[in-house]
Amino acid sequence: MSKIFQTDNLTYTYPGDEEMPPTVALDGVTLDIERGSFVVVLGHNGSGKSTLAKTFNAVLLPSGGTVYVDGMDTADEALLLEIRRRIGMVFQNPDNQIVANVVEEDVAFAPENLGVPTEEIRRRVDDALEAVGMTEFTLHAPHLLSGGQKQRIAIAGVLAMLPECIVLDEATAMLDPMGRREVLNVIEGLHREKNITVVLITHHMNEAQHADRVVVMNDGHLVMDGTPKAVFARARELRDIGLAVPDTVALLRELKAAGMDVPVDAITVGDCADAIVRAFSGSTSAAGQPKSR
Amino acid sequence: MLKDITLGQYFPGTTLAHRLDPRTKILAVVCYIVAIFNCHSAWAYGLMVLTLVVSARVSKVSAKALLRGLKPVLFIIAFTAVLNLFYTPGTTLWRWGVLNVTHEGVVMAASMIARIALLITGTFLLTYTTSPIQLTDGLENLMGPLKRLHAPVHELAMMMSIALRFIPTLIEETDKIMSAQKARGADFESGGLVQRAKALIPLLVPLFISAFRRADELATAMECRCYHGGEGRTKLHVLHYQTRDYAVLAFYLALAVGVIVLD
Repeated sequence: MSKIFQTDNLTYTYPGDEEMPPTVALDGVTLDIERGSFVVVLGHNGSGKSTLAKTFNAVLLPSGGTVYVDGMDTADEALLLEIRRRIGMVFQNPDNQIVANVVEEDVAFAPENLGVPTEEIRRRVDDALEAVGMTEFTLHAPHLLSGGQKQRIAIAGVLAMLPECIVLDEATAMLDPMGRREVLNVIEGLHREKNITVVLITHHMNEAQHADRVVVMNDGHLVMDGTPKAVFARARELRDIGLAVPDTVALLRELKAAGMDVPVDAITVGDCADAIVRAFSGSTSAAGQPKSR
Repeated sequence: MLKDITLGQYFPGTTLAHRLDPRTKILAVVCYIVAIFNCHSAWAYGLMVLTLVVSARVSKVSAKALLRGLKPVLFIIAFTAVLNLFYTPGTTLWRWGVLNVTHEGVVMAASMIARIALLITGTFLLTYTTSPIQLTDGLENLMGPLKRLHAPVHELAMMMSIALRFIPTLIEETDKIMSAQKARGADFESGGLVQRAKALIPLLVPLFISAFRRADELATAMECRCYHGGEGRTKLHVLHYQTRDYAVLAFYLALAVGVIVLD
């Protein structure tokens, strides 16, 4: 597989002013992301994860080191539009990324900017809205939609560029659990069916369950990198940098501590439930009464 | 409480007037205004009123809605009429102290009332039947030639449509901040004018700060979606003149030319 992102010793410093000294947000990050993968970037506030995302499509240019997107250097201004077309960005606040008064006009915004012919725009808008399940809202006013629906429109808006990769910068942070579910379902569907690379930046540990790779950021450094199971096995280290393991893993760890014979790396709710059922049916007498959580 | 503010008084509909190309309607209104200002005789004004009534009928806009548009300018109309009534020189009809009403003054006042009223209602008919987005689109298109003179036509249209997009969002936000400040004991409803204006400061400061933050985020999001100004931009909806547009335009053009030549 080819690499869609390659960063080499990437450093980013926010320039200071009279009141604020300069802050180093990224400090020597070297990271490759494979095309077609589903990567979750975890980290608490101020860990540099959002800054990392913004360097991926040249919203921020590295203060040091390099970022390559599909082999293109983000510092090369001539490649800017092509880089941004390939990397769709979805941000946290749905209200602040919707440009137009009508859903279809908003989805059409990116292809209009790219100078796509009118009939092709129409086709892309319809396809994108169908992919996020919002076809029936084509002519609605965006401000009347729910948060989850607005984020789906934002996703459709980047899909209309026919991107290689979608980067979601805390795109679920402002949503209620229902809206979060909607958005994650759409993203998983796009990854599965259209083979779009997904980089999901979040501080919700449970969202890491569908990733095939988890990257943990702390204080501008890349501190962990591996499969979700491998990363969540390091619960103590995670706790030290202000992160908690997903509820499922936490539950299994407590069951294990209470003497029940369960694996501690089942992350999805389904796997977790299966593991517990197996433990009960396998050795009903051996295990003690599990503590309720 | 702020939800009921309607900006851009558009009445959705599917009448001929609604289906016309926005450019046609804008140009028609321009022709109509030109015609109004070239009217001199009573029959010309009659023709103008007739045109307006027929246009309103076709757009299914009620007389009440049209006349409501006149309310805010009632004072200006009265003011101009009075000025014209007393200060036009000519044959005196009636005199009382310094006040001098002339025959020419009466005619002038009457035609002024008619002109302003027709002008306002005619323009209102345009905004009643054309959505703000269509209006912006039409204006951008009509102003297109000015781009050669480096006029920021696309930028202005983009600003206009973003402003329209954010009006409901900012109204909602104002509501939220108001509730939050009220919960902390702020009082927006009592006191004199000065006191009330002062009470708005804790409302406006957070509103402005948040508007700037929104603008910043929106700009980033637009750049991420490859926005780089109007150059090389295409459109999802392209405006097309239809036969009906040519017919309507021809009619209004004939109206303007006819009034100029004959009256």
